[in-house]
Parts: sequence; structure tokens; C-alpha cells
Amino acid sequence: MNGLVTYITRRLGLTVLILLAVSFAVYVIFSLLPYDPAALTCGKSCNDPGIIAANRVRLGYDKPFWVQYWLFLSGLFVGRNFGTGAAAIFCPAPAFGYSFQQHACVTSLLGDALPVTIYLAVGALVLWLIVGVGLGIVSAKFKGKIWDTLSTAFVLVGTSLPTFLTGLMLIIFLVIKWDGSPFPSDGYTAPEEDFGQFLLSMVLPWITLAFAYAAIYTRFVRSQILEISTEDYIRTAKAKGLSDGVILGKHTLRAALAPIVTMAGLDFAGLLGGAILTEAVFNLPGMGRLSLTAVVDIDLPVIVATTIVAAAIVVVMNMILDIAYAFIDPRVRV
Amino acid sequence: MSLLSVRDLRVEFKTPDGIVKAVAGVSFDINEGETVAIVGESGSGKSVSNLAYMGLLPASRTTITGSVILKTDEGEVDLIGMDNDRLRKIRGKDIAMIFQDPMSALHPFYTIGDQLIEAHQVHNSVDKSASRKRAIELLSLVGVANPEERLAAYPHQFSGGMRQRVMIAMALMNNPKVLIADEPTTALDVTVQAQILALLRDLQKQFKMAVILITHDLGVVAGAADRVNVMYGGRLVESTGVNELYKNPLMPYTVGLLDSIPRMDQGHGKRLRAIPGQPPSLIKLGEGCAFAARCERKSELPEGRCDVSPELNEVKAGHLVRCHLYDSKGAAK
Repeated sequence: MNGLVTYITRRLGLTVLILLAVSFAVYVIFSLLPYDPAALTCGKSCNDPGIIAANRVRLGYDKPFWVQYWLFLSGLFVGRNFGTGAAAIFCPAPAFGYSFQQHACVTSLLGDALPVTIYLAVGALVLWLIVGVGLGIVSAKFKGKIWDTLSTAFVLVGTSLPTFLTGLMLIIFLVIKWDGSPFPSDGYTAPEEDFGQFLLSMVLPWITLAFAYAAIYTRFVRSQILEISTEDYIRTAKAKGLSDGVILGKHTLRAALAPIVTMAGLDFAGLLGGAILTEAVFNLPGMGRLSLTAVVDIDLPVIVATTIVAAAIVVVMNMILDIAYAFIDPRVRV
Repeated sequence: MSLLSVRDLRVEFKTPDGIVKAVAGVSFDINEGETVAIVGESGSGKSVSNLAYMGLLPASRTTITGSVILKTDEGEVDLIGMDNDRLRKIRGKDIAMIFQDPMSALHPFYTIGDQLIEAHQVHNSVDKSASRKRAIELLSLVGVANPEERLAAYPHQFSGGMRQRVMIAMALMNNPKVLIADEPTTALDVTVQAQILALLRDLQKQFKMAVILITHDLGVVAGAADRVNVMYGGRLVESTGVNELYKNPLMPYTVGLLDSIPRMDQGHGKRLRAIPGQPPSLIKLGEGCAFAARCERKSELPEGRCDVSPELNEVKAGHLVRCHLYDSKGAAK
């Protein structure tokens, strides 16, 4: 058990270092872009040199790169003041910057968008794991039979249909063409506002997103089970006289758990950075849409923030998976 | 009536290239407390013939015919064609198996204790603590030190030899009547091989079980078996007591096998001989003698004799051989 504590501590330390490197890399890349961040603060068509100069000082863009990066980093921990005196705007920690285009601290924009994306990703994850793992098992168990063929057809459709098409079809047939459809056509309702309405507004996005992933997982789980079934220890389990159900449920699936958890964790982390297409089709104000509008408007502080947050989620998820691995696979705990 | 009686066992696999006749009519018997070694090179059908009646081959692509009669407490039963649920109750209880590679034969994610207890629980409706006691008892019997502590260990925390001991303990959890040992020492160091074989011999006496020892190594057979069945091309080609086999091998293939292993009782100067050629393809196997293409004594027989398959004949008491050199119509010596 001592080894496990050391392992986790080391992994945590490594994660902090990686996050630091990621934030630095993102910051460097965006400082190299051929845009003057100060000029962008007053809109695309603004060229009042007075305002631009004032904003440059206010946002710290007049300072050397290292100072800017330091201000950004320290802002994450203690908050940051933009400007001085009466015109100053304070963004509390963790401050990712200030968006002049949306007139808001970036952190509060993230705070609005992230929960929406989390709801979307969690619901979809649950749905696609149930469908994908279930169908994968059925498909492997009835390999070559009609159930396997049907599920292969599902996999083919699911992997080839792009999410925006699935989403639009669902909207056309279940919202627009269906009189008295229970699903709202006007986008997102927050759960604290009206939980029933929230669920209704999320069902179609969940299905849309889960559909594509469920297909991939069906294929993955099927091939995992078939591969593990040829392992020597499965033959041992059979030779012991265990029933097919116990062999599948206890021996085969236990061995398939590690790769499935890894894949699900990484896919989930990727989605938390924003499911751009699904959010766009269903008009959900999540991370994907926040990034998309930021890119369209060249809202640099928001782009930097969403990029770093998305990367951080992946890095942290990798750490969680590594630690989870130590619990799943006894060979990792030394 | 012997404990296990295999009659005209045939196993065929459907493959994209054609039908593979992996086992083409094998018959043998094994009595209580006896050890029968099944010897042959890769692809001779020695493993497949035993996996087949255990129901451990993929059912969809395999055709098994013949009969395998086992004497159980409930009378004699034929394992061939038995429905899977009944066969399952015999597997691991009346007939247990150990395999070649103990590294991969144990589940890497479960403790030794889990796996041993599971083997006992599936055939006995007793308390888990009773199974646990049995597991500790058997682990100490096979020579695992501190068995009670070791129950909580995972397979990767054991050495290869120790893992094979655990496999043996697991196979013996339910006092099997027959133990099938499929190349139990092949993956182990030579020094460990001897220990495992000695252990198997000891346990066989204690448990009064029959052992089917599948191996390609005639060196392993010498000290371990009572009777030896030599297989070639999916058939038995020679079957006799172990002493008779080493003293008086008849079939040229057996002679070749014995010439290819070093022997203490022969001079150092003698070179080991290899059998020329390759094992036959089991798809294209024709009517004639399967060994003819590699046989060094083929010329002693009249032309065309080897195009007819020889029968397994008893040439003297307890010594059966499938070879035209020893049948009445052949160039009998």
C-alpha cells in the first residue's frame, strides 16, 4: 500500500508540471499570433489609437512577455486587477483574463459554460456506455449470428453518420414535424431553473452524442471480449467448470475493464473541452459554443482560457486514469 | 472397465483452407492410478484429442465423433455429445487440467486465493471458509510456503515454478479422478521441471488419480509414465509400457524420437539425429501411411505398400504399433 501512496504522489507532482508546461505553451502560441490583442479589445472596426493605447496598458500588453505570463499565472491564484483607480476591473481567482468583447471576466464565462458541457458529457457517457458495452457483449456472445449482424449494422451507421446530421434529423423529426413534441425547440434550460424542462432539453443532445460513441464502443467491447476469450486464463476458467455467465461476467469483463475505462475516460475528457457540433446544433451554451464564438470574434483571452482548460481536463483525466489503473490492475501496484 | 476409455475419437476443424483432421481415430484406456504419456510433435493431435472431450475447443468450428466413457460416481457417462451443462460439472471435478504456461493460465487480476476458492465453490455447495481451508491445505501440499498469506497474492508475484504449483493445487481442489497435464513443464526451467514432475508423481499416489501426461519430451516421460502413446498425424502410432518403449521401440518415428534426445546410457561420442522432413499437413493427409514421406526404412517394404494406411496391431503382448514393417502382409522380420 505504501507503494501506492508514493505512486499517486509522484503522479500528482508530474501532473502539476505538465499543467504548467501546457499553460506556458498555449500562452506562447497566442502571443505569437499576428493580432494586436489591445486593438481587438474595442471591436474589429475600431481604430481609435487613444482607446487602444489605454487598453494596452490596462490589460498589461505593454509589458514584456515574461511579465505578462507571470501576471497571467499569478492571476490564476490570487485574482487580477485590470487597470487602476475608478476604471479598474477586478477578476477574482482563478482569473483567466478579461474579455472586452463580452465585458466579463473570462472565469465567469467559463463558469457559465462548463456546467452545460458537463451535463451534456455525463449524460451522453452514461448512455453510450450502457448501449455500447451492452451491444458489444451481445455481439461477441452471438458472434456470427443475427444479433451480431444487426449490431454490426448499428456500428456502421453510428460511425458513419456525423453528429450534426443525427442531431438535425432528430430536431426535424422529433421537434419540428411532431406536433405536441415534448422536446423544446428553444435550446437550453438550466437544471436549477426547471429540472424537468432541463431533462427534456438535454435528451436529444445526449442521444445525438451517445449515438456516435456507442457505435465505436460496441465495436471496441466486442473485439476486446473476443480477444480475451482466447486467453489461456479463460481456458483455465472453463476447465474449472465455471458457467459461461461467470466466465463472461467475472473473468472476461474484468480483463476488459482496464481498456474500456481508459478509452471512456479519455473520450469523456475530450468532450468536456466542448462538443462543438452538438452544442451548436442544439444551441447549448457550453464550452464548445464559447470557444466557437471566441474564435469567430478573435476574443483572445477566451481562446487562451478555453484551450488551457480543455488541455488541463485531459491532463487531469490522464492522471485519474493512471491512478485508477493501479486499482484495476494489480500488476501496476508494485 | 477402465476409468477412462477413449474409442475412435475424431476431431475435425473447419478452416478456410479445408477440413483439418486433427485427430483421426484415437483409442486408448487409462486405469485408476495410472499415468499415460501422450507423446508427439506439434500438430500431432496430442493436445487436441484431450481438449476435445473436455469441451474446450470452439464448438462452432469443431466436429467431434467417437466416444469417451468416464466412470463417475453416478455410473458410466459418454463425454462426447454430452450437453455443455453436464460436461461442465465433470470439468474441474472428475477431470481436471493443468496447462503449459502457468504465466498466462492464471487470471492476472484475481488473487491466488480467489481463483483457488472459486474452483472449489463451483462444484461444492459449502461455505467460503471451507473452500478457503481447502485452498490453504492444497497450497501447502504442493509446496507453497506460508500458504495462508500467499492466498492474498496475485499470480505475477509468484515465480514460474510456483505458479505451476498453484495451478496443480487448483486442479486438485476437487479430488479429480483424472488429471490431464498438457505440457506441464515445457515453459519451466530444467531444474524446476524435475521438481514439478516429482511433485506430480507424489500427488498422484496421494490422490490415487490417473494422469494423462501430454508432452513432446520423451525425457520427461521416462521417469513419469507407466504407458506411452506415441501420436503422429492425428493417430496413435505406437503404444506400450514405458520400459518396453525405451528398450524396444518399433515404429521408425518412435526410434527417430528416441535418437533425437541425449541419453546417459550411451556414449558421449554419439551424435544426436534429427528426423528429416516436416510433419504432414493435416488437410491433405491421404490414404497412405502418414509417416511414409519421412520414413528411413520405407525401402524395406514392397513398392506401393505405404500407399495403404497401416492398422494398429498388437505385435506382442501390450505392445501396439501402426507400421507395415510389423504387419503380416508387410516385410515381416
